[in-house]
Amino acid sequence: MLSALQDILVEAVDSRLPSELLDRIDELQAAIGDRPADDFGFTPEQIKYVVPVVEQVYRRWFRVEPIGLEHIPPGRVLLIANHSGQVPIDAMMIATALILDADPPRAVRSMVERWVPSLPFVSVFFSRLGQVLGTPENCRTLLREEHPVLVFPEGVRGINKTWDHAYELQAFGHGFMRLALETNTPIVPVGVVGAEEQYPTPWNLTGVAKALGLPAVPVPLNPLVPGLGLLPLPVKYRIYFGRPLTFIGDPDDDEAEIAARVGVVRDAVDGLLRRGLIERKGWFR
Amino acid sequence: MRIALTGISGRFGARVARRLHRHHAVVGLDRRPFNRAPADVEVHRIDIRRKRSEAIFRGGGFDAVVHLNLMHDLRASSADHYTFNVQGTARVVEYCQKHGIGKLVLMSSANVYGPRADNTQFLTEDAPLMGGERFSDIRSLIAVDMLGQSFFWKYPDVETVILRPVHIVGAVNNAPSNYLRLRRPWTLAGFDPMVQLIHEDDVARAIEEALRPGIRGVFNLPGCRPAPLSVLIEMARGRPRPIPHPLAETLLDKAWALRLARFPAPELDHLRYVCMVDGARARDVLGFAPAHDLDATMTHLRRTRLMSA
Repeated sequence: MLSALQDILVEAVDSRLPSELLDRIDELQAAIGDRPADDFGFTPEQIKYVVPVVEQVYRRWFRVEPIGLEHIPPGRVLLIANHSGQVPIDAMMIATALILDADPPRAVRSMVERWVPSLPFVSVFFSRLGQVLGTPENCRTLLREEHPVLVFPEGVRGINKTWDHAYELQAFGHGFMRLALETNTPIVPVGVVGAEEQYPTPWNLTGVAKALGLPAVPVPLNPLVPGLGLLPLPVKYRIYFGRPLTFIGDPDDDEAEIAARVGVVRDAVDGLLRRGLIERKGWFR
Repeated sequence: MRIALTGISGRFGARVARRLHRHHAVVGLDRRPFNRAPADVEVHRIDIRRKRSEAIFRGGGFDAVVHLNLMHDLRASSADHYTFNVQGTARVVEYCQKHGIGKLVLMSSANVYGPRADNTQFLTEDAPLMGGERFSDIRSLIAVDMLGQSFFWKYPDVETVILRPVHIVGAVNNAPSNYLRLRRPWTLAGFDPMVQLIHEDDVARAIEEALRPGIRGVFNLPGCRPAPLSVLIEMARGRPRPIPHPLAETLLDKAWALRLARFPAPELDHLRYVCMVDGARARDVLGFAPAHDLDATMTHLRRTRLMSA
């Protein structure tokens, strides 16, 4: 009976989706062949059930404007982005931009925290949508299989910033650069402008976070806006994709050598952020 | 080649014997009777731990030993498991060294890595063996694996091969085959890990490849391409019964203690976390490519269900 119900649901969703979107999903499916899921559990079909909602968030709530999508080369690529906004909506918006607005559509894979696979439902949801446990081996495998991989080298240091540090890039991890050198992968710097203001956060209760063993306990001001509750502010997102950078060298080089190359990427991301801050007319426009 | 095959009377041992005896002289050892031996296969009914078994190796003129004589019966006490598996393997290892047998093939399992939330998707042979962290019954298998590894450097003259296949399915009587034969298997609500299966004949083929001169070391055997557990159950024509993990663990623990269940509770981790292996080394060094894809493997499993029913 359940499977009959599932069939009815699938048909209902299919008939409501615009044909252009279905074509895009078919293209992603074709990339993994005739298997229901790829080796990591990514199931392009599942995008159908998420995209109608995410598309509304992307087009109406955040009015996302992707700029420079044509810079993303075919084949394997590392997208290196700034991380901001308390909740990782920036990752979702970058991934959506690549599915809805890139030509051809690309299924970007991103790396999730180590505790995610232990959460029921969440773990399946993430893996079906192509998210992968963040280990260097997994990243290497995805790049060898020619996938675009999204990395936030600032990690939680970036996403949990208070508003006085908005658009200040934090220290970048070096792991992505060693992988790029090892697998000869081009790097596309990505600057996300707008996400910093979705949850304006004057305080981060570091003491409480430490006591609870959490990375951060931010106190955003969103509940003060009548009717908003814990929803993010409908800020305008601008996502800048820079020109691809290629690096050559020994992946096992000294930290200082790697740090210099990471610095180049960090400067490129920073340049995109500065450009975005000049080009935007305010938080919401 | 003249090969000593321990554990020949098991379902898998018999299959390996039938394959090897086409090209090699096979001598079987097992403490259980082997009734359907091919005519030219000589079988000794003996407990490998007994000193008496040495006579077979001393005068046997063997070129290789394939050691399959490992106990997987989860109902046996863990002391039995441990002594049988570890002492038995220690004996085999000792005989190889003492009687100049140049090749030893040991059967380990990908389960020695253990299903874990933070496992990388494809574990390579150098990943730590964490299987014993939550599932104590697998410790004897880990000890066997380690014993084989210590033999690599202690006796480099013997070419030792350790095979770590993923879940073997077929006529074998093991947990994954039995689980996939269930009509209403339990699954864990909200979990659907990727799983690798290998056809039993592909494992037998890998053993044959491992006998080639010059082959030594540890090899993961990943079998057919991975698929979500839900897809495997669907292919096996089972109807899953999703249960929240804490409840499933409590129920299974009780049922196991009352002898109403075929699997102990720590095995549930296989239904929620990945434990998959990377097969690059087997492919590149051993020249191993599985002959059965997922469809063929699952069809084989369904046929074996018919046979046993």
